Amino acid sequence: MKALRLFLGLAVALAVQTTLGGWLLQGTTALDLVLIVVVYIAMTNGPTTGLLAGSLAGLAQDALSSGVLGIGGLAKTLVGYAVGVLSTQFIITGILPRFLVFVLATVAHAAVFIGLYVVLDLRVFPSPWPAVVTQAVGNGLAGVVMAQVLELLPGVAARRRERRSFRRP
Amino acid sequence: MPPAIRQRPGVILAVAIVLQVGIISAQVNTARGMPLIESLTFGAFSEVQRLTSNGVDGLLNLWNNYAALQHVQAENETLRRTMQEMQVQLQQERALAQRTESLRRLLELRDRAGLQTAAAEVIAAGASPDFRTLTIDKGASDGLDRDMAVISPAGVVGRVILSSPLASKVQLIIDRNAAVGALIERTRAQGLVLGLGNATLQMEYVPGTADVKPGDLVVTSGIDGIYPKGFVIGTVDLVDRGPGTFHAITVVPSVDFSRLEEVLVVLTPPAGREVPPDAEAKP
Repeated sequence: MKALRLFLGLAVALAVQTTLGGWLLQGTTALDLVLIVVVYIAMTNGPTTGLLAGSLAGLAQDALSSGVLGIGGLAKTLVGYAVGVLSTQFIITGILPRFLVFVLATVAHAAVFIGLYVVLDLRVFPSPWPAVVTQAVGNGLAGVVMAQVLELLPGVAARRRERRSFRRP
Repeated sequence: MPPAIRQRPGVILAVAIVLQVGIISAQVNTARGMPLIESLTFGAFSEVQRLTSNGVDGLLNLWNNYAALQHVQAENETLRRTMQEMQVQLQQERALAQRTESLRRLLELRDRAGLQTAAAEVIAAGASPDFRTLTIDKGASDGLDRDMAVISPAGVVGRVILSSPLASKVQLIIDRNAAVGALIERTRAQGLVLGLGNATLQMEYVPGTADVKPGDLVVTSGIDGIYPKGFVIGTVDLVDRGPGTFHAITVVPSVDFSRLEEVLVVLTPPAGREVPPDAEAKP
C-alpha cells in the first residue's frame, strides 16, 4: 500500500512536471517536481526507499525527456540515497532543515547531472550555476510547502470527518 | 520490501548505479565513436593489462638481467674459446699464405731453371748437431735418388745422400763433409766451397791473383757433376789474402737453413755427369 502511494506520488509529480510545469512556472528549470517528491520520499522513508524512488522517477523522467536515459536516474538515485541517509542521522522535520535539504539535494542533483553530461561530452552547460541556485531555492520552497501540505492533509481530513460525525447525531 | 533488502541500502545503491551506468553506456558513444561501456571496459581492462604487462615486464627484465649475467659468463667463455680457435686458424692461414708464397717462388725458380724438379717439404732436421742434414718428404718413389741437388729460391741447399721410398735425407752445403764447385760470379774465378759445420762456408782453391772482394756473389760452377751451374751459394764475406797461393774466402750462404720449409729436388742430372749407381755421395 505504501509502495503504491509512493508510486502514485511520483506519477503525479511527473504528470505535473510534464504537463503543468511550463504553464505554471515558465519552464522546467525553475522547479523539479519529481526531484522534490524523491527527496521527500527519501526524507520520510529512508535511503532504500529513497534510492529506489530516485531510480524509478529519474528513469521515467529521462524516458520522457530527450536526455540520455539513466543520467537523471543515476543523479536522483544518489540524491535519494544521500537524503535517506541524512534523514536517518539527523532530525529533518522542521521547515528550515527541510528547506536546506531540498536546496542541497537540488545542488547535488545538478552537480551529478551536469557533471555526467560534461564528463561524457554530451552537452555543454555554459554558466549553469545561477539556474541551479534558482532551481534549488524554488525546490526548497516548493518542497517545504509540499511537505507541510502532505503532512497537514491527514489531520485536516480527520478533523473534517470528526466535524461531520458531530453534525449527524 | 523485505527487511533483509531494506537493511542493505548500500547493496541496492550499488546495483542501481551499475544498472543505470549500463543503461547510459548502452546509449552513449565516446568522442571517438566507441560505445561508452566498451570504452570504459576497454579502458579499465587496458589499465589492468598495462599494469600486468609492466609487472610481468619488470619481472622478465629482472630475470633476463639475472639470466643474462650467467649467459654473459658462458658467452665470454665461448667467445674466448672462439678467439683462441680463430687465432690458431689465423696462424694456420698465415702459414698457408707463407707456404703458398714459398711454393710460388719455387715454381718461379723451376721455370727459370728449366730443370725437371720435384718439390718437397722439409719434415725434419738433422738428428745430430755434428751433421747438417734434414729430411724431406719425397723419396725414391717420387724419382729422387742419391746426389740429386736440392735447391731453394734463395740458393743451393744441398744434395740427397739417402733416399727411401717415401723420404730422403739431404746433406746441407754447410755440413762439414759437403763441398760445392763454385765461382765468383763477377770475375768467374773458380774454387771449391766447403762446409764448416757452422753458419758459414769456406771457399778454397781460388787463386791469389783472382779479383775477389766482399760482397761478390758466389754461384755454383757445375763442375762437381751434382749442382747445376749458376745457382747462388752465397756472398763473399771475408777475403784473406794469406801467404799461400790461394785466397781464404769466407762465404755467407744465401739460404737461411733454419727457416727452410720447401725445397726443389733437381731430377735432371747436370750435363756430363757420370755417377756410378754405387758411388759414395761425396762431391
